Amino acid sequence: MSANNGKPKVGVYICHCGTNISHTVDVEQVRDWAMEKLGAEGVVIARDYKFMCSSQGQDLIEQDIKALGLERVVVAACSQHLHEMTFRNAGKRAGLNPYLTKLASIREQVAWVHEDRAAATEKAKAVVAGAVQRVVKNQPLEEIEVPIHPDTLVVGGGIAGIQAALEIANAGYKVYLVEREPSIGGHMAQFDKTFPTLDCAACILTPRMFETGMHPNIELLTWSEVTQVAGYVGNFKVTVKKKPRHVNEVLCTGCGACMEKCPKKVVDQVFEAGIGYRKAIYTNSAQAMPKFPVIDTANCNFFQKGTCKVCEKTCPTKAIDYEQKEEMLTIAVGNIILATGYDLFDARRVSNYGYGRLANVFTSIEFERMCNAAGPTSGKIVLRDGQTQPKTVGIVHCVGSRDRNYNNYCSNICCMQSLKFAHLVKERTGAAVYEFYIDMRTPMKSYDEFYQRVLEEGTLFVRGKVAQVTDAARNAQEEGKLIIQVEDTLIGKQRRIPVDMVLLSIGMQPRHDAKEVGRLFGIGCSTDGWFTEKHAKLDPVATMTEGVLVAGTASGPKDIPASVSQGSAAAARVLNLIMRQKIALEPIKAVVNPWQCSGCRICNGLCPFNAISFKAEHKVSEINPALCQGCGACVAACPAGAIRSPGFSNEQIFAQIDGLLRNFSTAAVQEETEQ
Amino acid sequence: MSKPKFAMYWSGSCGGCEIAVLNIHEKILEVDAHFEIAFWPVAMDAKVKDVEALADGEILLTLWNGSIRNVENEHMARLLRRKSKLLVSFGSCATEGCVPGLANLAPLHEIIDTAYTTLTTDNPNNIRPQPVTKVPEGEISIPMLTERVHTLAQVVEVDYFMPGCPPESHQIAAVIDLVIQVVQGKAELPRKGAVIGAGKSTVCEECPRKRNVKSIKAFCRIQDVAPLDPELCILEQGIPCNGPATRSGCDARCPRVGAQCIGCYGPAEGVTDYGARLLSAFASVIDADEPEEIERILDGIPDPAGQLYRFSLAGSLFQAGAAAFKN
Repeated sequence: MSANNGKPKVGVYICHCGTNISHTVDVEQVRDWAMEKLGAEGVVIARDYKFMCSSQGQDLIEQDIKALGLERVVVAACSQHLHEMTFRNAGKRAGLNPYLTKLASIREQVAWVHEDRAAATEKAKAVVAGAVQRVVKNQPLEEIEVPIHPDTLVVGGGIAGIQAALEIANAGYKVYLVEREPSIGGHMAQFDKTFPTLDCAACILTPRMFETGMHPNIELLTWSEVTQVAGYVGNFKVTVKKKPRHVNEVLCTGCGACMEKCPKKVVDQVFEAGIGYRKAIYTNSAQAMPKFPVIDTANCNFFQKGTCKVCEKTCPTKAIDYEQKEEMLTIAVGNIILATGYDLFDARRVSNYGYGRLANVFTSIEFERMCNAAGPTSGKIVLRDGQTQPKTVGIVHCVGSRDRNYNNYCSNICCMQSLKFAHLVKERTGAAVYEFYIDMRTPMKSYDEFYQRVLEEGTLFVRGKVAQVTDAARNAQEEGKLIIQVEDTLIGKQRRIPVDMVLLSIGMQPRHDAKEVGRLFGIGCSTDGWFTEKHAKLDPVATMTEGVLVAGTASGPKDIPASVSQGSAAAARVLNLIMRQKIALEPIKAVVNPWQCSGCRICNGLCPFNAISFKAEHKVSEINPALCQGCGACVAACPAGAIRSPGFSNEQIFAQIDGLLRNFSTAAVQEETEQ
Repeated sequence: MSKPKFAMYWSGSCGGCEIAVLNIHEKILEVDAHFEIAFWPVAMDAKVKDVEALADGEILLTLWNGSIRNVENEHMARLLRRKSKLLVSFGSCATEGCVPGLANLAPLHEIIDTAYTTLTTDNPNNIRPQPVTKVPEGEISIPMLTERVHTLAQVVEVDYFMPGCPPESHQIAAVIDLVIQVVQGKAELPRKGAVIGAGKSTVCEECPRKRNVKSIKAFCRIQDVAPLDPELCILEQGIPCNGPATRSGCDARCPRVGAQCIGCYGPAEGVTDYGARLLSAFASVIDADEPEEIERILDGIPDPAGQLYRFSLAGSLFQAGAAAFKN
């Protein structure tokens, strides 16, 4: 250690971030202040630079470390999340332990959240002082390497999950694909045509589903759910609950005889969106993967009334097993991809649109099933009576989306979906079609061309948010019709447009249990409820939990091409880790001081990674450093203060607080003395 | 060679610490044998002017018990600091503020109002204590209360801290032995600022009760549990026992006899805020996921300030008057 007031030599580097920071913070003033006032804390050099993260900026740091013998570095710039690694590496190249470099956030936490330049500059000084006073207490730490288990868990068997599973399996590595429904395929399997090319969803999806089901490297676990996740990147232990199908998968050939003979018809609320029936023993469709049916015990005559057993009698291979119990499987994987998808907005919530009350108001998913040749109407577009073809159809955009009463965000797919519907209605019925839109959003490849095509087909577009759908007629023309009340903002008039059928283009929502699922896998949700990416632009499939990735609509509304791309992207990230075989982990590990531990066992049940064990013979708790992820739950809980976490010691945190408050505490002392 | 000088003084306290010193029985004779008692108002007659007459640093050892509650306490603390080589913050009041420190929950004027105006007080002229009163013989003055209760270390520099309400007699005896040995050159003093006469871990270390992984679904008062399991951890039985967060050294006296620890030995080594630590520990073992349920369970602690800060409020981060009192 140098003779610098007995403190390690600190270099402070303040970034302008173009004008991102310098617009609001007087960077030069902060630099001069740090040089002048923080000398006593160890600062020997303070510099500013336009872009600290550029190679020239990093060079500055490296040169100073070598020339001035810096022992600590503080970079006041963006967020730790974005660039701490960049600057740690810069320090490392010049021979400084990475954990002796600290990033002070004066962009996200100062410049971007303030307008008053003078006050923001003072705050930036406080943040810099906090970082300086903390970093001098930092100790060098050595990274720990752990092996990566080559198997991967993919949760969710929609198109994103299928894509991810196939990419990894085709590269030669094992994948467990867990799906809670009886079959994979997700929402896409329900659709008829896909925009903008109008190829049929089944034609492009079924081969993928088949390939997934048959792949030697993919273990398909349908009708199953993940119940527990332990461990960390490279070494997860996952418990999967396999719900009882009541069909023996080894014996079943998928002949379908049981479904044909089953006497119990049930309205299919899931796959058929409530407009069709299935049996009590069922698969989603003839293309289901796997082909094995499931008994819906809540509706099965045998399970409810104790008699029937028609399926058992019909089955030629004796595959029906009423006694089947749920199974718990424990699997070891190195990485997890969450492709858990979305729920649809409940159109009943917009009561003024009449869904559920007015028979001929349909949701988009009902219409998808209606158009599907394998659906309940065999592809015929008809009113709720099942016979009458509509002569006029109104399609309402943004139902539940872009609406402060419901979801504030744009659901991304509804414009294109609505255009597709208009085309299908025209093609199959020749009916007049109105589209009621707020803005048309058709930005992706060939989307706008499709819009133009639908325009040319004669679909009528009304720009305005629909106020109401009603059956209360005001004149003879409206009699027996549904009337769409809307302000046409292009002509500046209120209009009432009578139609036979209304299609509500309902938006996407986070899964109802996204929060719990997020908690299970240790990742967070945005305020809207979508899983949060590590970085929305630069790291869209990673999460803040290393080894847990997200793909598809689980992180926000997306169309099929985007979901597929994300499936591939997540797979690439996983393969990257698998190929590396090892990963360096942050050495931030909690440690129990055995002479201070009283063996009270407060911490024992807290560890999300099961790293804590109690040594009864010595009456102390111990932490397994290989399992500890440095989350700090036990550190905060330990009432004896016996658990410490390097990098987050009390000494470091209080030093940072002291630094943050140094101006205020001085003022406070003066005030007190004056009194 | 004359004997080294010893002093003991009390300020805002109950007097229990003084009793605890006398409770070392015949060991008190050793104190007399090895020390000249320079100042100890409870035990012998001496005046402040006698202390003022001493040279700076002439007293070897001063045991100070009591919080700093009024300006006289402050004055005496500065005086004895100057005159003493070793100043020991003795007992919970001096070290953490203890029960007198709970006065910091209310502003001073409210405390005075409560004392001089409430129904049980007969004060027809609405009189308040005055710092100076004129009487025929001249002016007399009384020391006024400070705005807040402070710990000794918030007012003057302290060499050692001895926790406990009061400190256990066997611990006092051990500390006196140590000082005698130091005087005789047979032992060395611990590092300045150390906690002496106590352990470094917490009460659970000395507690013989069985403990498991904890999961608390409800808190209750000890009188509401009948019968208390004599062998199981008291906290696991739903009684908020402060043992996990309280410094060891008392030999787990209370839990041994079926009463929960109330925390008189203060925080463990290296812990800054006792109440925050304890709350964090309690909160960590609550077995509930829903916010309402968590709230309901925490509501089972009837007096959070008393539970968490009964002994440590004045010395806690909340009431850290330290910076304001540095000079």
